[in-house]
Amino acid sequence: MTETVTAGTSPALRTTVLARRNGKTPISLLVFALIGLIGFGVFGQSSDVTFNWTGNGDDVIIPNWVEDSKRIGIVFGILMLAITGVSGWFTWNRAKTPSWLVLLFGLLFVTALLASVGTGGRVPVIYLATGAISFAVPVVLGAVAGVMGERVGVVNIAIEGQLLLGAFMAAIIGTMTGNLFLGIASAMIGGAVVAMILAAFSIKYLVDQIIIGVVLNVLVAGITSFFYSAVMTRNSEGFNFPGTLSFLAIPGLSEIPLIGPILFENRITTYAVFIIVPLIGLLMYKTRWGLRLRAVGEHPLAADTVGINVNRTRFRVMTMAGLIAGLGGAALSVGSVGPFIRDMSAGQGYIALACVILGRWNPWYAAAAALMFGFARIFQVWAGQAGSGIPADFIAMIPYLVTLVAVAGFVGKSIGPAAAGKAYVKQ
Amino acid sequence: MTTETTSPATRKRGADEPAGRSNQILQEIMGGGAVRTVLAILCGFIVGAILIIATSEDVARVSGYFFSRPMDTVNAAWNAVAGGYGALFRGSIYNSEANSFAESVRPITETLRLGAPLIAAGLGIALSFRVGLFNIGGQGQLLIGVVFASYASFAWPLPYGLHLIVAVVFGILGAALWGSIVGLLKATTGAHEVIVTIMLNYVAFNLVTWLMRSGFLHDDAAGGNPQTIAPLDTAQLPTILGPGFGLHAGFLLVVAATVFYWWLMERSTIGYRFRTVGLNPNAARTAGMNVPKIYVVAMAASAAFVGIAGVNQTLGRAGGVTPSIDAGIGFDGITVALLGGGGAVGIFFAGLLFGAMKAGSPMMQIADVSPEVLLVVQGVIVLFIAAPPLVRAIFRLPSPVPAGPIATFVKNLFTRGKNS
Repeated sequence: MTETVTAGTSPALRTTVLARRNGKTPISLLVFALIGLIGFGVFGQSSDVTFNWTGNGDDVIIPNWVEDSKRIGIVFGILMLAITGVSGWFTWNRAKTPSWLVLLFGLLFVTALLASVGTGGRVPVIYLATGAISFAVPVVLGAVAGVMGERVGVVNIAIEGQLLLGAFMAAIIGTMTGNLFLGIASAMIGGAVVAMILAAFSIKYLVDQIIIGVVLNVLVAGITSFFYSAVMTRNSEGFNFPGTLSFLAIPGLSEIPLIGPILFENRITTYAVFIIVPLIGLLMYKTRWGLRLRAVGEHPLAADTVGINVNRTRFRVMTMAGLIAGLGGAALSVGSVGPFIRDMSAGQGYIALACVILGRWNPWYAAAAALMFGFARIFQVWAGQAGSGIPADFIAMIPYLVTLVAVAGFVGKSIGPAAAGKAYVKQ
Repeated sequence: MTTETTSPATRKRGADEPAGRSNQILQEIMGGGAVRTVLAILCGFIVGAILIIATSEDVARVSGYFFSRPMDTVNAAWNAVAGGYGALFRGSIYNSEANSFAESVRPITETLRLGAPLIAAGLGIALSFRVGLFNIGGQGQLLIGVVFASYASFAWPLPYGLHLIVAVVFGILGAALWGSIVGLLKATTGAHEVIVTIMLNYVAFNLVTWLMRSGFLHDDAAGGNPQTIAPLDTAQLPTILGPGFGLHAGFLLVVAATVFYWWLMERSTIGYRFRTVGLNPNAARTAGMNVPKIYVVAMAASAAFVGIAGVNQTLGRAGGVTPSIDAGIGFDGITVALLGGGGAVGIFFAGLLFGAMKAGSPMMQIADVSPEVLLVVQGVIVLFIAAPPLVRAIFRLPSPVPAGPIATFVKNLFTRGKNS
């Protein structure tokens, strides 16, 4: 375990003391496994549930999976306990529980949850998956922007403002020009402008990044609310009637059963996510540009010493992140409902920020965390329709509780970019 | 060998250095003093005026012949701005167009009434700032305060006076409990308070909605909608100026809270500890203070002040409340705290200013100027307050502090793990 050292102190030393065993992961898993086993298994309703894999009008039909929901709860609960045991074994040997094991655990838990809620009826898998993805799109893009910012050393609380301004710009420019792609472009520019203001204030004026981020959110909310009420509502035909992006089915791929309708029949904003997340992941970890970016966020003094212009790098990466977050904003308005609504980002920028930390500052994991939030939202909608015994308000709470547990347990001690949140002044 | 012996101390200093700078930031934010605050407010209203002119239909009409009759445009612009800000003044301070004296002074009492919860929330957030914590969980803390105060107000029939005190104390206690969760998580697991407070906001909102929809707070008269049972007469905050005015004893409660805040932060031992931890947690630890414990206490105290806002909202009315009772107050507390600069007096007047904007909004709406312009004004004001160098650059004010503390300011955000 190495200690990270800030600029100006002696070089880091490797400590030879064995790290303490951290039992938070198995304990958290145990809690969820018991909830699953007892809640969905032992006390679950015993009735058949049908997992429905095909949408209407598909050529290839995958047979439905019909099973007793109580049996699913008990079997999966025991499997989850087994994983907890494996995790405990890893912890005892001072090893980290592999993420794929936690992922498998999550999958089992979610399946048991779905079976329990859909008991006596059916679980529309495609509906849930497409819904989760489309709800997740703005959050994923915001989270990727947040990862880029923190990796380069700027904490971006203003993702919320970038999403909101993006949504606003996409709607108003999309309506005024009648061209949704111009709307998307201006949404990206809007996001970039907010990011540039944040970068300028934190880099040039050395203002605390959290404070300026919160202030920018207030400002963007004010400006968009003002124009919404002063301009858009007075003439919604002329300023706030953009329509929505159409769904594009990719020929061939969209015919694949199950995967096709989920992944290859989407709006362009969703496809953008499929490109941006791997692209940023690749750029960040496999290219010289990414190495420099991370160096600036980890140890700006060292980066400066080898000739990287720290503040210019930060400014450029922040601008790029702003473009991505602005695109996420466009996904909120024209990529979903169409017109802009006052305060329509509704805290999703803050959720994206949580995804950054949940995803351990990695674009892939952050996107996965965002997908979890997207799933929670569609699940809430579906559980309400399915007439679940669990109150909808409780279900709505789950992702936030998971985040809290994760921040306090799984990633409480995980280490982000060392210089995130710190202004760099050339000595 | 020498490096090994010196390294722990060096490491400690290196890793902990960041946390000690936050109060210097705050000092710098406060340091500009009255001049900068006034200039920031001025800038805010100027930007607001520009927006009013830009969206005014009258101005747009006469600007069509700007080059033949420029004064028409100027007059229209002036009328638009004067109409909007005049309505704000009539709605928030003194209504010169009212028929009776009571009606004329009613706006200022509305400002006091609407400013009170903002002041309370601002005090709470400012307290957390001064301990070096960033509490964005005002919404959740306020809502939990509402739940506790509301429950005490209808479930426990008690005599006049006593009931009100019990309900107020219970509400503050509830908020403090909720806030202490943040401190506990931070002190024991190192979870960053910004993320924890954001998440707890959502948890609180959903929890409170559920309690009001189907839990023990639910008023059956509201049907399937989330709404609390109305407080009993004995637990309502009495009106101060009689039935014609909405102003109630909640304002007095907030005045008392402001005085208490001043005493707590400037004169008490615990306040001294708060400020020491905010200034430099390492020095505080060296001096024998239990820093994690102070984080817990500070978050509880911060939330307690926010809870006063919740109590004020719940007991200051005759009917039940809905989950939207927060009305952005928890979040506005941040802007009030930034504008007020951390001191009791500053926060008091900052809260009143924002309360005046709330009070004047309906009148602006009547004058056909979108009151949302005031949100922009607020945003611009805090932008200028939060960025002292910007105001200095615009108005060419002298630099009060050398670039030192703010330049080296480093906040150990999201990297708390390295500290322990």
